[in-house]
Amino acid sequence: MSAGSSPSGGVTLAVDAAPNPWFDPSYVIDNWDTILRYLTEHVRLTVSAVVLGALIALPLALLARRSRFLAGPVLGLSTVIYTIPSLAMFAFIFPFTGLSSNTVLIGLVAYSLVILVRNFLAGLQGVPDDVREAGRAMGYGNLRLFWQIDLPLALPAFMAGLRIATVSTVALTTVGVLVGHGGLGQLITGGFNANFYRAEIVTGALGCVLLALVADVLLAGVERLLTPWARLVRA
Amino acid sequence: MNAFGDAWIYLNDPFNWTRDNGILDLLVQHLTISAVAVLAALLFALPLGIALGTSGRGGGVVVVLSNVSRAIPTLALLTLFAVSPIGFGPRATTIALAVFAFPPILTNTFVGFRGVDADVREAARAMGLSRGQVIRRVDLPLALPLVMTGVRTSAVQVVATASLAALVAGGGLGRIVALGFGQQDYGQMIAGAILIAALALLTELALVLVTWAVTPGPRVFPFLRPRTRPVGTEPEPVAAGMPL
Repeated sequence: MSAGSSPSGGVTLAVDAAPNPWFDPSYVIDNWDTILRYLTEHVRLTVSAVVLGALIALPLALLARRSRFLAGPVLGLSTVIYTIPSLAMFAFIFPFTGLSSNTVLIGLVAYSLVILVRNFLAGLQGVPDDVREAGRAMGYGNLRLFWQIDLPLALPAFMAGLRIATVSTVALTTVGVLVGHGGLGQLITGGFNANFYRAEIVTGALGCVLLALVADVLLAGVERLLTPWARLVRA
Repeated sequence: MNAFGDAWIYLNDPFNWTRDNGILDLLVQHLTISAVAVLAALLFALPLGIALGTSGRGGGVVVVLSNVSRAIPTLALLTLFAVSPIGFGPRATTIALAVFAFPPILTNTFVGFRGVDADVREAARAMGLSRGQVIRRVDLPLALPLVMTGVRTSAVQVVATASLAALVAGGGLGRIVALGFGQQDYGQMIAGAILIAALALLTELALVLVTWAVTPGPRVFPFLRPRTRPVGTEPEPVAAGMPL
């Protein structure tokens, strides 16, 4: 930046004169351990949030399908939770769990749960009644009905929900910087606080986007493996 | 919980509302930034969505854009604009938020306009309506519910996300949370969180009412609408929304 256009009106500050590249490979190499540590935390938080969310969302979706009176409140409450901004969510949880990563985890579980319940319910309701009745008539019990009829037919919707929830959770984890457990988000605010060090900020941001991309591709692969019949139809 | 009691006390002190940089000042700042961002996004997304939707082209690009935008953390974009030559402050925040408000509006406008029955459009043309008239008097009313869903999604998202600006030295109500956290004044932090959550919920509510008011056709109050279909059979029109 030239002296004439410096933000401090003609006076060149050392901050402006020093090179501050958007990306610096040497930063990544020198700080690989730190980056890896934050990446591990990011992955751990994301995976546990989505898995826990799915474990809670599935019974809720099954209950909501069973009765219309439950479906209304479940979906209404999920809309309300979904609308609460993440910063507020983490702030609400903080007094209970303090500066631990559990604060972030509980918030992330809440959000992924909300996304998953909607998609699980949509998937379950998309299972044709005829097929379920046919299964019942053939003497399938509840468990077998779910395992052999509901699950395969609803799987595309389930996987779509899991993919959306995972990608959103990867992005949301960064807000955990409020309590110091934001995974790669720590690099973003860390660079900001270290005199607007762009290389660190961009590394954190790129890491998040790449992580989301990799997770999405992995889940797409899992979906392909789990639904071999879909490939037959397409071919 | 003690912090929640402190939050109640903080919110009940009129001085906290009216002083310089108090709740009212920050609220105005928050709403101004959010409104400008949504309007700017509307200005770009609506014409583009209408053009792509009526011609039925570019669907792939729109889907990719809406998916990729979900993967970019808002915090990252807010920070990146703040350290760019724009400099931190309301302008960088507004631009970052406008970028985030863009995909939901674009996707929903695109889907809404693409979904208009070609026969209806043809009939309107046959009746002598010009292209512009077809868009304004046939396409728009039919696509409006989806367009408004997009506007609602992005507006709520922007109001929610604007609070994150405080983490990178921006303004808005998030500052109360960040300040309370920094000063270990957890009552203040919770008070800020309550304000932010209430504002997001009110925005959602207000836009549901606006949608109801501008949507043509029989007026049924949104909360009293009889459920003709079982709830939840329709997934969200486009899954572009994400909490932040």
